[in-house]
Amino acid sequence: MITKRIIPCLDVRDGRVVKGVNFENLNDVNSPVELAKFYSDNGADELVFYDITASSDGRKIFTDILRETARNVFIPLTVGGGISSVKDFERVLSCGADKVSVNTGAIKNPSLIPEAAKLYGSQCVVISADVKRVGGAFHVFARGGRDDTGIEAIGWIKNCVDNGAGEVVLNSIDTDGVKKGFDLEMLRAVCNVVNVPVIASGGAGCIDDFIALFKALPGVDAGLAASIFHFGEVAIRDLKARMKVENIPVRL
Amino acid sequence: MIAIVDYGVGNLFSLESSFNAIGQDVKVTSDPRDLREADRIVLPGVGAFEDAAKKLKSSGLAEPLLEEIGTGKPLLGICLGMQLLFTKSYEFGEHEGLNLIPGSVRYIGEVIPAGLKIPQIGWNSLQLGARSEEAGIIQREGEYVYFVHSYAAFCDERYITATTNYGAELTAAVQNKNIYGVQFHPEKSGNVGLNILREFCNV
Repeated sequence: MITKRIIPCLDVRDGRVVKGVNFENLNDVNSPVELAKFYSDNGADELVFYDITASSDGRKIFTDILRETARNVFIPLTVGGGISSVKDFERVLSCGADKVSVNTGAIKNPSLIPEAAKLYGSQCVVISADVKRVGGAFHVFARGGRDDTGIEAIGWIKNCVDNGAGEVVLNSIDTDGVKKGFDLEMLRAVCNVVNVPVIASGGAGCIDDFIALFKALPGVDAGLAASIFHFGEVAIRDLKARMKVENIPVRL
Repeated sequence: MIAIVDYGVGNLFSLESSFNAIGQDVKVTSDPRDLREADRIVLPGVGAFEDAAKKLKSSGLAEPLLEEIGTGKPLLGICLGMQLLFTKSYEFGEHEGLNLIPGSVRYIGEVIPAGLKIPQIGWNSLQLGARSEEAGIIQREGEYVYFVHSYAAFCDERYITATTNYGAELTAAVQNKNIYGVQFHPEKSGNVGLNILREFCNV
């Protein structure tokens, strides 16, 4: 049976992981390559690299890092951040990314998703949506959650999938960083309208939050988190052992 | 030397890296001479069957590839590269493959229950197939590998070395003499995948 995926997300700026982490057996806690290897060896099913670099120099460093990671880590690698054209797709795919996630780029340029899906296949195109409740509705936010686009999120995500996105990362700004659990209400609304994998992001604070997610929403395929993994609050091995006990399909 | 056939579909960086990681001399190539010099050949592929089949034929690599396989040289087809080994595919019409293994490639929606997501994306386990008693490249039952596919191969069970369950039994790995194929991505399947590539390097 296909398993539920656990995905650590690494924010990378100027070639370094933002928010240094502290693990034993990890010499350089800010090295994306080292951290990626660590997670791969310790049960991560996939990795997300998010490029938060602003400068073009930093972008070059990022692709070098990506190459070095793909040389050493043999699990799927999704790359996001600053993807605004098919040229950006090409840039990261040629360095070993398997999937590319688009966010603000898809809001600004509605043809980006269909063009990329045609060139590289839907399996390669991930729509990553930052969503927040505004006056009782779900709105899509751009620029790392800073700008309210006013766009109704659920219909917009469905449209992205209809246009060729093969996977959805739903990041709830409302629950992000709160560590009280994933945004089940928002996730349910998305699962109801798409038939591609949905990855839950934002709000995980402990193992129970993942268990609650997968039990409540069979349509969710993966749970993504950053700081709770980086800071060692949740070890992926412990999380997966618990999923097994709870009869959630998992790769051990 | 292992030759990875570069006929213009998909990116081969990870695949090349995975062979490097297991200490193999590997070359991504579109030169027929490399196929002749290689000890083993890998046929990769992502995207659509028709486009890939056309590109393989127009690349001038299909004929030397078939010649080399005819001499008994081991071949490994991966994902769409595996699907190309079959007689034909019904992906958006009807298209001819290399016909190295009798069988066809069809939409998984024809056999899996409604409501399951297509493509199958993620880690699923391998069940050894009918001919697994022969030493193939899939050695162990129940190991997890990474799949991304909407189509699968349908063929006589004597060619099937492993299946995976996605609401129905789908072909995960095949073998016909020196010709091997895997539907999943060994280069993205962690140590399990690297071990499968190692096995291929030992056949």
